[in-house]
Amino acid sequence: MNPIKSLIKDLADLHGRHRENLLPVMQGVVQKEKFLSEYSMIEIAREMDIPAAEVFGTATFYSFLETKPAGKYIIRICKTITCAMKGKNQLLFAIQDMLKIKTGETTPDKRFTLLETNCLGWCHKAPAMLINDDVYTEVTPEKVREILTNYMKENI
Amino acid sequence: MAYSYQLKRVDFIFRNENDWEKVLSNTIKKKPDEIINELISSELKGRGGAGFPTGLKWKLTAESKSKEKYVICNADEGEPGTFKDREILTKVPYKVLTAMAVCGYVTGAKEGFIYLRGEYKFLEEELNKTIDEFQYYCQEINLDFKIKIFMGSGAYICGEETALMESMEGRRGEPRNKPPFPTQAGYRKKPTVINNVETLVHTWTIFKYGAKKFYDLGVQYSRGTKLFSVSGDTPKPGIYELELGMSLQDFVYEFGDGDTKAVQVGGASGFLVPRKKFKDTAIGYEGKLVGISLPTGGSMMLFNSSRSMFNVLDNYLEFFREESCGQCTPCRVGCQQLLLGIKAVKRGEKPASYLDKLLKLTETMQLTAKCGLGQSVANSFSSIVENFREEMIY
Ligand SMILES: Cc1cc2nc3c(=O)[nH]c(=O)nc-3n(C[C@H](O)[C@H](O)[C@H](O)COP(=O)(O)O)c2cc1C
Ligand code: SF4
Ligand code: FES
Repeated sequence: MNPIKSLIKDLADLHGRHRENLLPVMQGVVQKEKFLSEYSMIEIAREMDIPAAEVFGTATFYSFLETKPAGKYIIRICKTITCAMKGKNQLLFAIQDMLKIKTGETTPDKRFTLLETNCLGWCHKAPAMLINDDVYTEVTPEKVREILTNYMKENI
Repeated sequence: MAYSYQLKRVDFIFRNENDWEKVLSNTIKKKPDEIINELISSELKGRGGAGFPTGLKWKLTAESKSKEKYVICNADEGEPGTFKDREILTKVPYKVLTAMAVCGYVTGAKEGFIYLRGEYKFLEEELNKTIDEFQYYCQEINLDFKIKIFMGSGAYICGEETALMESMEGRRGEPRNKPPFPTQAGYRKKPTVINNVETLVHTWTIFKYGAKKFYDLGVQYSRGTKLFSVSGDTPKPGIYELELGMSLQDFVYEFGDGDTKAVQVGGASGFLVPRKKFKDTAIGYEGKLVGISLPTGGSMMLFNSSRSMFNVLDNYLEFFREESCGQCTPCRVGCQQLLLGIKAVKRGEKPASYLDKLLKLTETMQLTAKCGLGQSVANSFSSIVENFREEMIY
């Protein structure tokens, strides 16, 4: 069986095939594949017996359920007020400069995607960012260069 | 004067207590009615922002007739400037679980969920371990109550209780019409108690120490303590448990950097208070303290004189424009127009009087928007535009 098909079947087996299980199944696909392709959404619809349009409508509502191809590491920089005051733009510039991509883009090697997001719940340690599920706080341009260098060194 | 001249620090919430088993087994020896009356007499009100009396919420759900009921802990914490619930779930999760189980006992619910925002996914693993331990004990004492985590996926509006339930049911997080309220028809259209993380911890305090202990803290109409998430231009950002009813003036003495120009109370959906109004503002629920009393989910953002209030408002409006679920026109189009409007005034493309039109628009939104998001845009908009009008123009 094709890997996405079998991933979706496994997720549906694990969580269930009711409408309440749709988010966990979609989250599982995003965890693995980084985004929900049209193919994944149609496959989820088929596996769970939910209209594909409903799957699409639900997926596009949630900012963490990407529907565009994304890199292995999704960097999300908080742009809400406290982080904006405490230098999130400098972070963005440092990352854009290092990865040679603009906000919203993915590096050609599909390693990194750079996004902005709303308050991450770390305003007392602003500026804050997420790389996939990991939180980094009180980030400076120097620190972010160091962090990204470490991610780049990782194999695969 | 009803306000104190000193902030009263308290330490209940994060007090590390390892007797949750005893608190749970002792509490469920009491009759549900007794527990509800205890909560009602403590005058605990919801800490998620809306301030609904918690005892009454549990009572209404207990009285709703259904075999299937639910308890939900709202850990979506998305209001800008709020980060206390994360700290609670990191440091004292067992208090939250105990409170949920007691709520299940009182209302007849057999299942509970923690709706955890996607941004806090890193908490999931540890929290699941605590839940496993907790469930083991529930089995031991024959308490039939299961707790599961439901992960959110990055949508502020899913903190609104009915949007949260839609999301749990696998749909877009679009708020429902109320009534019916969740106490009658919540998750899966069944009677549901939904409480903020912090609210649940306060119920633990009440179970353990009694309603009086809680009631004796705070002031009339605003009993007990509250966690404040302090951020912005302050030498000591962080999370503080303080008695309700404090004056904003005292708060700024304690947390300001000596140059505080304004404080945003309650996050983007709250109010901006300029320096000249600090002494007339108290933090608590409605009912007269001195001057204005502002309820809050605990977000306190300080701004000093180097900050442009235009930028602050611009940032909030951008937030609302993105996070509006888009379901109703006043909010969807209103947020867009407010944002375009203030930019146009700033650039000189619209006259200053255009701000008055925008203020009118926020009034309309307050009256006609379907949920708290659209209704509360007026709070920050009018409090910023009215107090710092010149900064919007020049
Ligand atoms: C736009 C919006 C966002 C909200 N976000 C949250 C939230 O993140 N956490 C929360 O506990 N309550 C939030 N609320 C309030 C909930 O709707 C609800 O009133 C609360 O969870 C009830 O719990 P409480 O009575 O313990 O405060 C939000 C409300 C609105 C309108
Ligand atoms: S007020 Fe805004 S967030 Fe609330 S239902 Fe309407 S569009 Fe959605
Ligand atoms: S404003 Fe960035 S974490 Fe809250």
